[in-house]
Amino acid sequence: MLKRLFALAGLALAALFAPATWAQLKVEITSGVTDPIPIAVVPFASTAAALPADIAEVVQHDLEGSGRFRAMPRAQMSVKPSRAADVALADWRANGYDYVVVGRVSVTTSGEYAIEFDLLNALNGEQLVASQRFTGQPSAVRDAAHRVSDVIYEKILGVRGAFATRIAYVSVEGAPPAQHFQLFIADADGENWHVVLDSRQPVMSPAWSPDGQWLAYVSFENKISSVYIQQVRTGERRQVSARAGINGAPSFSPDGRTLALTLGGSGGNPDIYLLDLATQQLTRVTDDPAIDTEAVWAPDGRSLYFTSDRAGGPQIYRIGIGPGERPKRITFGSSYCARPRISPDGTQLAMVMLDQGNYRIAVQDLASGTVRVLSRGKLDEAPSFAPNGAMLIYAGAENGHTVLQRISVDGLTSQRLTAAQAAVREPVWAPFSH
Amino acid sequence: MRRFFPLALLATALVLAGCHAKPPVQSSSGNSAVPANGAGASSAGANGASANAGAGAAGEDAAGPQEGVLARRIIYFDFDSSEIHPEGAEIIAGHAKYLTAHSAMRVRLEGHTDERGSREYNIGLGERRAQAVRRAMLLQGVSDAQIATVSYGAERPAVAGSDEAAWSKNRRVEIVYLK
Repeated sequence: MLKRLFALAGLALAALFAPATWAQLKVEITSGVTDPIPIAVVPFASTAAALPADIAEVVQHDLEGSGRFRAMPRAQMSVKPSRAADVALADWRANGYDYVVVGRVSVTTSGEYAIEFDLLNALNGEQLVASQRFTGQPSAVRDAAHRVSDVIYEKILGVRGAFATRIAYVSVEGAPPAQHFQLFIADADGENWHVVLDSRQPVMSPAWSPDGQWLAYVSFENKISSVYIQQVRTGERRQVSARAGINGAPSFSPDGRTLALTLGGSGGNPDIYLLDLATQQLTRVTDDPAIDTEAVWAPDGRSLYFTSDRAGGPQIYRIGIGPGERPKRITFGSSYCARPRISPDGTQLAMVMLDQGNYRIAVQDLASGTVRVLSRGKLDEAPSFAPNGAMLIYAGAENGHTVLQRISVDGLTSQRLTAAQAAVREPVWAPFSH
Repeated sequence: MRRFFPLALLATALVLAGCHAKPPVQSSSGNSAVPANGAGASSAGANGASANAGAGAAGEDAAGPQEGVLARRIIYFDFDSSEIHPEGAEIIAGHAKYLTAHSAMRVRLEGHTDERGSREYNIGLGERRAQAVRRAMLLQGVSDAQIATVSYGAERPAVAGSDEAAWSKNRRVEIVYLK
């Protein structure tokens, strides 16, 4: 009896807190550009006794992790200036570094940290950033460091960085049929994670609200599928759909007022509907005996892209919002095209595509129709664009373990995000919050 | 998880008490709950949600008739298909006969797919399989009120693995008798 109790206790304790740490993500670079930009990120001077994070280290990690920069090792820095005026650019240039970042941290009278930095081009002497300042509570220091990375990335590469962003993902621990499901939120580098939902029944299809304050998701906790929206900061949640049959694939409209979702009804025919979150009014969008599902909004809010097998296999269609609109097929290059996601500028379609017997992530240029297969896995799924449109995050199987992958839309850089013990999947990149 | 929780506390309390004593569970549980929460999902407690229904699934699976063909509860399918094979039809016919004779009994048909492709599309495919079994039962006289369907898509595989051996066991409809 006692033995059995201990066995049960072990199970229960494992369920209580082991998976949370097991599901923490570790980021590794899997490919970078062949000629990364050399940059020196000098440790920031600080008047504070102890900083919650080493800002230069976070910045260096972000930039190197992007696969587009090569950072100078600290051990090789013979001087550590903290102001642009004190930087002898010729010396850094002679050592082979094109850019130099210096900065300083102080504590304000209200107890906040003030982070200030300069970015210098060692090749031409230009000061690209002069004393840009971020202030915040100690808990926001890491986020401020990521914002420094975002600015540096943009000044040098011309594209806003997406380091100060978050992702949501689903973690699954244990062997079938007794699995443990958790919905997580973490910073884009895997840090600062927390559990949003913990369940013995499947959790799937997380989707961010456009302001990054809410997550919509599907939960089977009541033995039927239900759609919930949950406020990230408070944990407050609302069940917004638990109708007969399928309740799935939620997607917030760009103005945050409407949820597109899939409803199957008792007859089991999935179609796409719009749910007005304020009035609960439901509007039917598609009406076809085929499977119509996983709708996503175009950034202008005037149309939806969705998967349908009305032509036999699954393909992606677009339909305008409004009475009398008819769906138009968008994909033709493969027998299986599903799970559409649209880039923030509305020009690119990311999807899961069957490519020579493998399920891979592909990007289609919506104007020209040109398709590029980006991923190299066998069972890749669930692409999601970074808010800067330059990266995609998706899930894929590797040696029987499901991990997250990030790849730049130009295909040049990629990273792998792994969790020690849990399978992680369905990553969704949050919108910019600053 | 909730079902196991008091046992966890009891067992932890026994550990703390040195295994021999019979400590009062109520008071000990208060103490052991602190490290459990503190070491564990601290941030989850602040703004997470817990949805721990479903620990009773085993009880449901064991419910219902077990004689002959009725012990067989799983109908398997081909890839991307909701066509019922003769073997599946035999199982469905057995349950349909039982259900028409026992109108108070109810079943839930749980549709599943293998892991390949898009998850939400797979929810649609799993539902299509569950509906195929539902229609076959309705044709054999089972009342609509006796049947519920749910699709889990690829979310609840029967077995782990990424090969045809695993996939073929995961493409299925399970007949679950409800109490």
